[in-house]
Amino acid sequence: MQGPDVSWYLIVAALLFSIGTAGVLLRRSPLIVLLSLEIMLNAANLALISFARMHGDHTGQVFALAVMAVAASEVVVGLGLIVAIARRRLDLDVDRLRVLRG
Amino acid sequence: MGDFLVWAIWFLAAAGCLGSGLAVITFTNPFYSALALISNLGSLAVLFLLASAEFLAAAQVLVYAGAVMVMFLFVIAYLGDRSEGVRLSGGPNWVRIGAVVAATALLVEVVVVIGLAADDQLSDTAEIQRSFGSPEEIGRLFLTDHLLAFEITSIVLLVAAVGGVVLGSRSRAEDELDEAEAARAGA
Repeated sequence: MQGPDVSWYLIVAALLFSIGTAGVLLRRSPLIVLLSLEIMLNAANLALISFARMHGDHTGQVFALAVMAVAASEVVVGLGLIVAIARRRLDLDVDRLRVLRG
Repeated sequence: MGDFLVWAIWFLAAAGCLGSGLAVITFTNPFYSALALISNLGSLAVLFLLASAEFLAAAQVLVYAGAVMVMFLFVIAYLGDRSEGVRLSGGPNWVRIGAVVAATALLVEVVVVIGLAADDQLSDTAEIQRSFGSPEEIGRLFLTDHLLAFEITSIVLLVAAVGGVVLGSRSRAEDELDEAEAARAGA
């Protein structure tokens, strides 16, 4: 049973990564920016996993798990920031949130 | 026959992945974007399975499509309708065009660089055993070769949890905002 080789996976990963980049650059709602960041992180994970499959080595998969944990932490902090911004009745708009004040 | 089935499933999953990725960045309603991201993560899990990363596929569905996305949906529901005024980033049109061009340039760069560097090495895939990517193998690696990474991951998660609590707790500035609002309502 021989599926697609690594180059196919890498093409999907590259496409996903640039879709995520476009989302981060284009959208102004911080929620959608966070969602696009998740897409980018997952594209990187897909590349790691396909290289792990190509070399027959588990290290890439271990790295992908670490990336998953970092992504989960990033979501916690990011969503915490968004909730804090919303409670201070500021606009949820990455173009207008220019200053960091306590 | 087996080959054909694998390719068919692979193409379905890849198409679902890219299509729902595009849906995430185009939907106006953040709730639909989050739902599209769930299907994106689900089809990515299928791709992980086809690359014999069984444990990671399970973790993807549990951690991402389960826990993380539920948190996203809760926050979107909490924020309600106020989350989106103007959809696309501001500035003149060329800013948006520039963003799309930058993303495309990134794609071309990645494809060209990897294509040049790899030549034809990408087509030979190593022989693997049936247990490749199983929880036993990953777990053993985490507790032997990659113990430091494992411990650092746990610290990162702890710090993130504490940070989430701190960010979520009420601050003095918010109390003042609330008092001002109450005073206005009373007057």
